[in-house]
Amino acid sequence: MKYILKKLFALIITLLIISFLAFLAFSIIPGDPTAKILGMDASQEQIAALRSELGLARPVLVRYWEWLTNFLRGDFGTSYDYNLPVGQMLADKLPVTAALTLISFVFTVVLAIPLGILAGSVRNQALDHIITAVDQIFMSIPQFFIGIIMCFVLGLTFRLFTPGAFVSYTQSWPKFLYYLLFPALSIAIPRIAMTVKMLRGSIKSELERDYVRTARSRGNTRRAILGRHVVRNAMIPVITFLAISMAEIMTGTIVVEQVFTVPGIGRLLISSISSRDFPVVQAIVVMMAAWIVLVNFLADVINQLVDPRIRLQ
Amino acid sequence: MKTKKIRSAKWNSFTYIGGTLAAVLTLLAVVSIFWTPYDPTAIDAMAKLAPPSAQHWLGTDNLGRDVFSRIMDGLGTSFLIAVSVVAIGCIMGILIGSLCGYYGGVADAILTRVCDTITAFPAMLLALVIISVIGGGQYNIILALGILFIPSFARIVRTEFIRVRNLNYIQSARLMGVGDIRIMVCHILPNTIPVLLPAITIGFNNAVLSEASMSFLGIGIKPPQASLGSMLSDAQSYLRNAPWYALSTGCAVALLILGFSLLGEGLQRSGRRN
Repeated sequence: MKYILKKLFALIITLLIISFLAFLAFSIIPGDPTAKILGMDASQEQIAALRSELGLARPVLVRYWEWLTNFLRGDFGTSYDYNLPVGQMLADKLPVTAALTLISFVFTVVLAIPLGILAGSVRNQALDHIITAVDQIFMSIPQFFIGIIMCFVLGLTFRLFTPGAFVSYTQSWPKFLYYLLFPALSIAIPRIAMTVKMLRGSIKSELERDYVRTARSRGNTRRAILGRHVVRNAMIPVITFLAISMAEIMTGTIVVEQVFTVPGIGRLLISSISSRDFPVVQAIVVMMAAWIVLVNFLADVINQLVDPRIRLQ
Repeated sequence: MKTKKIRSAKWNSFTYIGGTLAAVLTLLAVVSIFWTPYDPTAIDAMAKLAPPSAQHWLGTDNLGRDVFSRIMDGLGTSFLIAVSVVAIGCIMGILIGSLCGYYGGVADAILTRVCDTITAFPAMLLALVIISVIGGGQYNIILALGILFIPSFARIVRTEFIRVRNLNYIQSARLMGVGDIRIMVCHILPNTIPVLLPAITIGFNNAVLSEASMSFLGIGIKPPQASLGSMLSDAQSYLRNAPWYALSTGCAVALLILGFSLLGEGLQRSGRRN
């Protein structure tokens, strides 16, 4: 409990620092937002009026506090480009990215863990080298290229789906989820390869430990030792790794949404960066960062539940 | 003795294959500075989206530009960015990591905390934030990624410095009156090379991948400069009519990353064995 509270405290501090940095980054941008809203030929009075309306004339800390309290209440500011509340712009895109991230994560866990255990228990040297080589190849293909190959092979050649024909969940949930399977898999494949590599290495080093030899000399079968002891111990570092995967998968959605024209948070982020629509960029970045910090916190908590030794450190 | 030799050869098959792949692509990138089969920016309206042939080995793109020449040029861009990024990250990382690891103290505790926090976030996400603030383009990408890569190098160097700084030979060097800087540079730093080399190849790959992703998203390298990422983004629109364009460009990125990751894997394994 004390461990969790300590981690929770660290979590809150980290969130505060990150939100402040994000706020600071977007308030020191060269070029005032007033220039963007009013255009180049605005008068000094207009600029001054808008600056005080946007509250840009006050100290940074005051503005940060106001922004933070508004943010926590769900008021993320107003988009420069669309003049809409950012919250409203995010509302229908958030479920799309959340679904994509979740499906991709499920793919990663469901496929990587059995494959990793299998790869870790292989004893044949030649087979072991082939597994490593194949794994390296899959790790090396960028997610967006996997997406493009998938569009070409599964989409255009086998016609399992039509690239670009995204169906919103407001129209049909099954079709929505079906379309997301393909981008989700493109994000998952390199992550699966990395998790397999990690789990395989973890199992291999665990198999060299003394207790395995002891268990073996007591007449346990290799299979039983693997299942009862080795995999359990080997999974501990993998849990943290999967938490990192959650962060990487979310970053992956930014790129892969672009490949499959999925209208999610990532596409909004990129178009907002291109058009310098900072309130939107800021809101999305803070949300993504908060999500990553939260996932890492959960990984810490789960880790100490699984492995009580960590609490003592 | 004999068995050991056979085994070491087997371990290093990664280094050989990866090294060869990386060397070939490096050569293409270097040659692209002086010579490409065609001018990578020369538009040929007569040969739009031509399939691979004897004249155009990998076909042409939507403006009739030779894809092979553009891939060579794009590899050059990837290399320039990745090498600069790793250089910034590595040099600053060694500086910060060695000072933190050698002296320890409050500054070390704070910097380590900061580095841990930064590395918890995917580099791509942070790079997007920096790029959205300072704008895209080659030099801004190098700057953004370079800064973001410092913590991972600093961490590795720091850990190694802490491990080595209390070993006996360092103690004796200190007793002999060798200065701190000389100990750090001449006696500890060479020890970090086995862990630093694989880290450099990993960093190189991450830089290549980040640049390609950002250019693919249209916020990285600005046209007409060739970048594998922005080429892929163009190629995707012509996937139906000219799949070779996307496939060859994508394979170039994948092979580049594969080559260096195999090389890194090989170096890591031989480092572990020693």
